[in-house]
Amino acid sequence: MLIYTIRRLLISIPTLLFIAFVIFMLLELAPGDPMAQMPLTIPPEVKEKMRLALGLGEPWYVRFPLWLKQFFIVEPQYWIDGTFGTNFADGAQRIISFQSRSPVFETIAQRMPQTLWVVGMSYVVGVLIALPIGIISAYRQYSVFDQAGTFVSMIGFSVPPFFSGVLLIVIFSVQLKWLPSIYDTTHVVGDWDSFLFQLRQMIMPVMVLALQTTAQVSRYMRASMLDNLGQDYVRTARAKGMSESTVVLKHVLRNSMIPVVTVIALGIPSIFGGAIITEQIFKVNGLGQLLIIALQGSDIPMVMTITFLLAVLIVMMNLIADVLYGILDPRIRYD
Amino acid sequence: MPDGALPVLDVQNLKTVFQTRSGEVHAVNDVSFSLRPGELLGVVGESGSGKSVTMMSLLGLLPTPPADVRGGTVMFDDKDLLNVNAKTLRDVRGGKIGFVFQDPMTSLNPVYNVGMQIMEPLRKHMGMNKKQAAARAQELLELVGIPDAKRRLADYPHQFSGGMRQRVMIAIALACDPQVLIADEPTTALDVTIQAQILELMKDLRAKLGMAVIWITHDLGVIAGIADRVMVMYGGQVVEHAPVDVLFSDPQHPYTRALLKTIPTITGERAARLTVIEGQPPIMKDAPASCAFRDRCDVAFNRCAVENPPRYDLGAGHDAACFYDARTGEPRDA
Repeated sequence: MLIYTIRRLLISIPTLLFIAFVIFMLLELAPGDPMAQMPLTIPPEVKEKMRLALGLGEPWYVRFPLWLKQFFIVEPQYWIDGTFGTNFADGAQRIISFQSRSPVFETIAQRMPQTLWVVGMSYVVGVLIALPIGIISAYRQYSVFDQAGTFVSMIGFSVPPFFSGVLLIVIFSVQLKWLPSIYDTTHVVGDWDSFLFQLRQMIMPVMVLALQTTAQVSRYMRASMLDNLGQDYVRTARAKGMSESTVVLKHVLRNSMIPVVTVIALGIPSIFGGAIITEQIFKVNGLGQLLIIALQGSDIPMVMTITFLLAVLIVMMNLIADVLYGILDPRIRYD
Repeated sequence: MPDGALPVLDVQNLKTVFQTRSGEVHAVNDVSFSLRPGELLGVVGESGSGKSVTMMSLLGLLPTPPADVRGGTVMFDDKDLLNVNAKTLRDVRGGKIGFVFQDPMTSLNPVYNVGMQIMEPLRKHMGMNKKQAAARAQELLELVGIPDAKRRLADYPHQFSGGMRQRVMIAIALACDPQVLIADEPTTALDVTIQAQILELMKDLRAKLGMAVIWITHDLGVIAGIADRVMVMYGGQVVEHAPVDVLFSDPQHPYTRALLKTIPTITGERAARLTVIEGQPPIMKDAPASCAFRDRCDVAFNRCAVENPPRYDLGAGHDAACFYDARTGEPRDA
């Protein structure tokens, strides 16, 4: 398993390089001008000089390797320097945002906690709700509970976050005035009251995202449980005199988790994508919102870096899913 | 029962019905039989005759719905298994009655090693700790003839061949020294040489452990070599029941006779074709009001169409459910 994991990690290097190249070329070919939002009073020749100053005068085969060098060598050096107080970077050029002129990674580091809190929490909540729903729905197939679960899943699948989010705001913020409609990023949790406030402002974005996760994961869980409940080994377990909870939660569940684990792991990157819209609606200034602003301003280094980080996440989650698969299912051995 | 021995398992008037989209299917109709300690009862019949469903009904192993055990009594250990609480039933399953299923390839859980699967009933029914259960599991694997038992306990089902897996299934069924072992076509999914090995193993184990066995099969050859008594089932009913030598030498029900004719022989003139019983077994939409075998029977007469024959006692533990008396060649009296 360890050798397999290392081999997979090595294989993922060319994959990621290729992805980086594709993202870079797409941004290169896409229309858009980083100077477009500059005041019209700036003369064209000055704008041209500014473009050259941003490095846009260089051809792609110069800029792409430069970005790679900055991403894989310079930025880790700065990170090590910042952590251990060393001086590897020695003032080398970092990846700089066109818009803010500050290092891209610093901005990302500022935005990351908000996204992780909201998106991460919603995913955990979503999965924790989805698994029991899936298990019970399958065990009591066609019961009222199952029908209700199916209905909620259908809503979760078909109602996009930009609708459910606004709906929640209208009901709970505008009409009932229970919850704040804007996520306050500057809020610091210090005592019980501020913790409660943090919870209250997280409820709506977390629920909107969790609804989607729950809808998806609970359906997979249900289908997978149903597949396994009819298997012969379940009858064997019952014939051995095992209690229903042992039969379902030990024998059936582990078999059923095998495909669901993949869905859960591969869903993590996609929920970051879904968060882009949710963050906009609830004014959470996390990574999603950062990406949107960067796209609108043709902030190529920022877009490139965030998109590439998402790609890294996807590749990593694929690997994690495969490793978990091997742990859960003894028939799969990688080495 | 002619013999005095108290039956270990006594089934009376068992009825099982399946609810399906197109109405009810009467899978088990009024089945009664008993099992004496240490004997091997063979149950024969073609696919769909209700053999497996009968045995699964005894222990509540059929999924409900669609299955519904409508009536009857299953006396075991002075208790009616159809009328006990779930916990008592679970204690009987795997503890006092062991079950071996047809397909060893799918009957074991693929994600747990066989040691764990053998130890599960030991820990539940015998209250053993991990160490005791592991020792007993190793003993059981040795008993069913799996070499290198200690190491094999940590192996997963996919690392065993079909025959070896069936041995593991038998080890699980025997784990808690059951009084009764129900083997549901345990050799059907195996190839012929492995079948012979498993049969030998079962004969051995029975001699060693002395439990009563119900052996479901559609292979009359297997039954002839292993059973003490035989019960022939058709359309969810017992049509004939006799000691094994009597059944083969003096079959009374037309279905039994037809079944015996289908056994190919290797002596005598080579038959042009294998003998078959023409037609299909019925799907019982209602409780039987006529003989279920009538359409395929060569001696059927008008009474068979209006009345379901009861099991006529023919003496010496032999009974057959047929209005036609094969010994006299005449219809029985009403």
